[in-house]
Amino acid sequence: MTDKPRSFQEIILRLQNYWAAKGCAILQPYDMEVGAGTFHPATTLRALGDKPWAAAYVQPSRRPTDGRYGENPNRLQHYYQYQVIIKPSPPDLQELYLGSLKAIGIDASVHDIRFVEDDWESPTLGAWGLGWEVWCDGMEVSQFTYFQQVGGHDCRPVSGELTYGLERLAMYVLECDHVMDMPFNDPDAPIALKYGDVFLQTEQEYARWNFDVADTDVLLQHFKDAEAECQRILDMPSDDPKTGRRIIMAHPAYDQCIKASHVFNLLDARGVISVTERQAYIGRVRALAKACADAFVQTPAGGFAA
Amino acid sequence: MSDLLIELFSEEIPARMQGKAAADLQKLVTDGLVEAGLTYKSAAAFSTPRRLALSVEDLTSESKAVREERKGPKVGAPEQAIEGFLRGAGVARDALEIRDDKKGQTYFAVIEKPGRLAADIIAEVLENAIRNFPWPKSMRWGTGSLKWVRPLHSIICILTDEAGTEVVPMDVDGIKAGKQTRGHRFLSPDVISVNSFEDYEAKLKRAHVMLRADERAEMIWNDATNQAFALGLEVVEDQGLLGEVAGLVEWPVVLIGQVDPAFYGLPAEVLKTSMKEHQKFFSVRNPKSGQIERFVTVANTVTADHGATILKGNQKVLFARLSDAKFFWENDLRVAKAGMDPWLDSLSNVTFHNKLGSQKERIDRIIALAREIAPIVGADADEVAEAARVAKADLSSEMVYEFAELQGLMGRYYAKEAGLSDAVAAAAQEHYSPLGPSDDVPTAPVSVAVALADKIDTLTGFWAIDEKPTGSKDPFALRRAALGVIRLVLENDLTIDLRKHLSFPLGHWLHSNQAPIIVAAKTDEIALTEIYEFISEKVPPVDPDAFNRVAANNWVSRLEVTKYGDMSAFVGIAEQLLIEEDMVVADLLAFFHDRLKNYLKDQGIRHDIIDACIAMDGSDDLTLLVKRARALSDTLNTDDGVNLIQGFKRANNILTQAEEKDGVEYSYGAELQHAEAGAETALFEALDKAEAVITPAMAAEDFSVAMTAMAGLRGPIDAFFTDVQVNAEQQVVRRNRLNLLSRIRKICLSVADLTRIEG
Repeated sequence: MTDKPRSFQEIILRLQNYWAAKGCAILQPYDMEVGAGTFHPATTLRALGDKPWAAAYVQPSRRPTDGRYGENPNRLQHYYQYQVIIKPSPPDLQELYLGSLKAIGIDASVHDIRFVEDDWESPTLGAWGLGWEVWCDGMEVSQFTYFQQVGGHDCRPVSGELTYGLERLAMYVLECDHVMDMPFNDPDAPIALKYGDVFLQTEQEYARWNFDVADTDVLLQHFKDAEAECQRILDMPSDDPKTGRRIIMAHPAYDQCIKASHVFNLLDARGVISVTERQAYIGRVRALAKACADAFVQTPAGGFAA
Repeated sequence: MSDLLIELFSEEIPARMQGKAAADLQKLVTDGLVEAGLTYKSAAAFSTPRRLALSVEDLTSESKAVREERKGPKVGAPEQAIEGFLRGAGVARDALEIRDDKKGQTYFAVIEKPGRLAADIIAEVLENAIRNFPWPKSMRWGTGSLKWVRPLHSIICILTDEAGTEVVPMDVDGIKAGKQTRGHRFLSPDVISVNSFEDYEAKLKRAHVMLRADERAEMIWNDATNQAFALGLEVVEDQGLLGEVAGLVEWPVVLIGQVDPAFYGLPAEVLKTSMKEHQKFFSVRNPKSGQIERFVTVANTVTADHGATILKGNQKVLFARLSDAKFFWENDLRVAKAGMDPWLDSLSNVTFHNKLGSQKERIDRIIALAREIAPIVGADADEVAEAARVAKADLSSEMVYEFAELQGLMGRYYAKEAGLSDAVAAAAQEHYSPLGPSDDVPTAPVSVAVALADKIDTLTGFWAIDEKPTGSKDPFALRRAALGVIRLVLENDLTIDLRKHLSFPLGHWLHSNQAPIIVAAKTDEIALTEIYEFISEKVPPVDPDAFNRVAANNWVSRLEVTKYGDMSAFVGIAEQLLIEEDMVVADLLAFFHDRLKNYLKDQGIRHDIIDACIAMDGSDDLTLLVKRARALSDTLNTDDGVNLIQGFKRANNILTQAEEKDGVEYSYGAELQHAEAGAETALFEALDKAEAVITPAMAAEDFSVAMTAMAGLRGPIDAFFTDVQVNAEQQVVRRNRLNLLSRIRKICLSVADLTRIEG
């Protein structure tokens, strides 16, 4: 039996080492608030175009509505996802994935691992794919998706995307019943820290802010500003007058799309968005994501050949 | 003769698609083989999470050669004609033969299609099947362009006969057919090489794959029930779940685990739904208390610890799930016990449809409509209104947000917690019913009233905004809603004037937009009756009920004379609205009749019979309509009935022709004094007798008595036509006979519009 990791961070480190050994570029988290690892431009934008790509990274993710003041055993408004994206999807992606589970101590000879239908769709990103949620002993431990469309563009070739919910996965491997009790670093370290030592207080602070305090007028304005800035960036001519180069600013524009998406999530948590408005907001973010995707495929990284 | 084995091995196929996919594979391949001229004895298809397989037995080894001769144009025919013939026959000019025909020398084309080897045909057919497979959703992967449900990894395609096994050479998007597959993903991952279907199935079993889905399901069910029985418990049956679980495993291993007693307080349905939806667990209950105490999970693997780790993991996941459910339940109970007001208020923020307002507005409409319906179903109007008010409160509850399928059921629990009557609580659950053709129909009066109002509101709303079902598209389930109304009415034997109850809410939609225009000035002195009389003169068929409804709803309560200056402006608007309302109501009624035909067809009543009854007055009373249709159907199942129709049609044809020719209507009573003795006088007597029975029976809506009497006319009518010449030379006699036929027509048509009966 595989030796078991002893802390949350060891699980992350093992995943990093495993995917590095499999040839992925180990990237760092994107420096903006996002709802999921998919929003990282290394996934959303890089899934577009025909250039091969292989990357893995941890992405801190925020879902304001999931805040429970740190009381729920596994619901958090801030959590980590581990994301792997490989284009084109290799034929042995399932085996590679199972290898990563083994690396973190989940051995298929004692556990029941299942690929259960789960079609992925992100209305805000204008993206969809087919795949599964992966179950380990009845618990969802990962999402496994073959991207078919992103930002309204067909993915050719197709990227394979793996997303691990790190806290939940780690709680299972480390046999913890409450996320806050999970060892963050080595439990035998001189200063042993639990997940709660790092994040309990922040969960409480953010839950209060997300649900009751965030200034909705300011947020509504932020949404409008990000939307306008995104469009303004994309409306710029592609040739930069200063350098004389063709510089399409797909990434800066996409940052504004990410920002709008997060602001929308915050407004949702504040309960100020009605059901009908919801659809309209999602549509507005999707329009931004599509415009960014349109721009990205006009760039060298997006496969544009001058 | 040889046997064909096909396996398409892929990454995990969604459980819900497997059964149909196996059937589709069988149909696509066998149809293709037969079309290409092969025959076979039997075929069977199989599915597991990772494979579709097809076995075809005794397949002919080649298709027969076909020789066909076609006669062409004469020698010397225009060049165009000859070339056209060559194109059509697909042969070259020099391959034509010239033969002597009756008309001279003629070109003949001989088309020879050689027989083809089975392997060639199979390769073509299978590739076609793979490329055009009807998956509900399919995908590309890697750099390829092929679409499959999930990445396709390998293909077995082999033909086996006494001489041995051969691989059918083929290649689909780079995947070459072979004779190899793999066993269970974890227990036997190695490559297996197979030579025939028997070999395949046996080797798969050794490699921990049960090929047959029904065998897996049976094993799961037997094991689960045996293990439960040993504990003195029983598994809650769920065929849908069993089928799904059988599609999630290649090697089922049944494990039985504990539900923590901390969750025993949750409603059984909540436990069951949470376990089923999230975890695909079966519920296991104590037959004495009904309490769900355990669960069954089905693993896909055998472990050294006999599943202990797996079970522990599953139990832990369930604990977390049920903790959530308990959290929702307890939060919901607090709101429910305080009367559910926050939920009701928040429904005004929930859009039902952007053109049809919020759920709250919808509920207000349902309340008004349900009040109208209450007396018809024998319910107390206030209680019905209360039930309608709270019927959808649970849509705002946390539990229903989490488990949408518990809507209604939670409403019932919560209404009781709110201290409402049992009838009101029951209506919260039952007003959604019936959901389909086999779902139970509520019978409790309060539930029936709210259920009818709910469905009628949906239908009239979508009709008013012209969002009707088209073809296979019915996004708002309006066909189901109409069938629901039909079944509620028929199975509760209700007499309900559907036209009126459709007009009421439709009027709301159609007139509410106009309300600002025709809102009345309170000071106006003109009485409603005066307005009604005035409009009636302009638009004769204004139904006083319809008018009063419009008036009572305040849309046209008084006339703002000062604003419009004179009556005619108002009348113009009101006319238009009432006409519009009538048209939409008629269209919606036609939709109901259409649904009714469908419903009765399943019960063996022909559509023309229903048409014959729909054409009669009062067809918006569905109960009456169906009574009439059943009686007519019964009558037409008798010998007399069938022959009577012939007699009626003959009478009707002769009469119609004579009426057209003579330009008159023969509706004067026929007089006995002009009748000849024999069949003619006998018919007079028979008609008198029948009429004496039919008229009162029809008045009493006793259709079967009326129709039996009508069918009894068959003999006298037949005899009349045999013995008597209608078109007699003497005009008095002829006219009298035509008038006699007119009586037949009148009597028959008073029962149903028999002109619509086919055959």
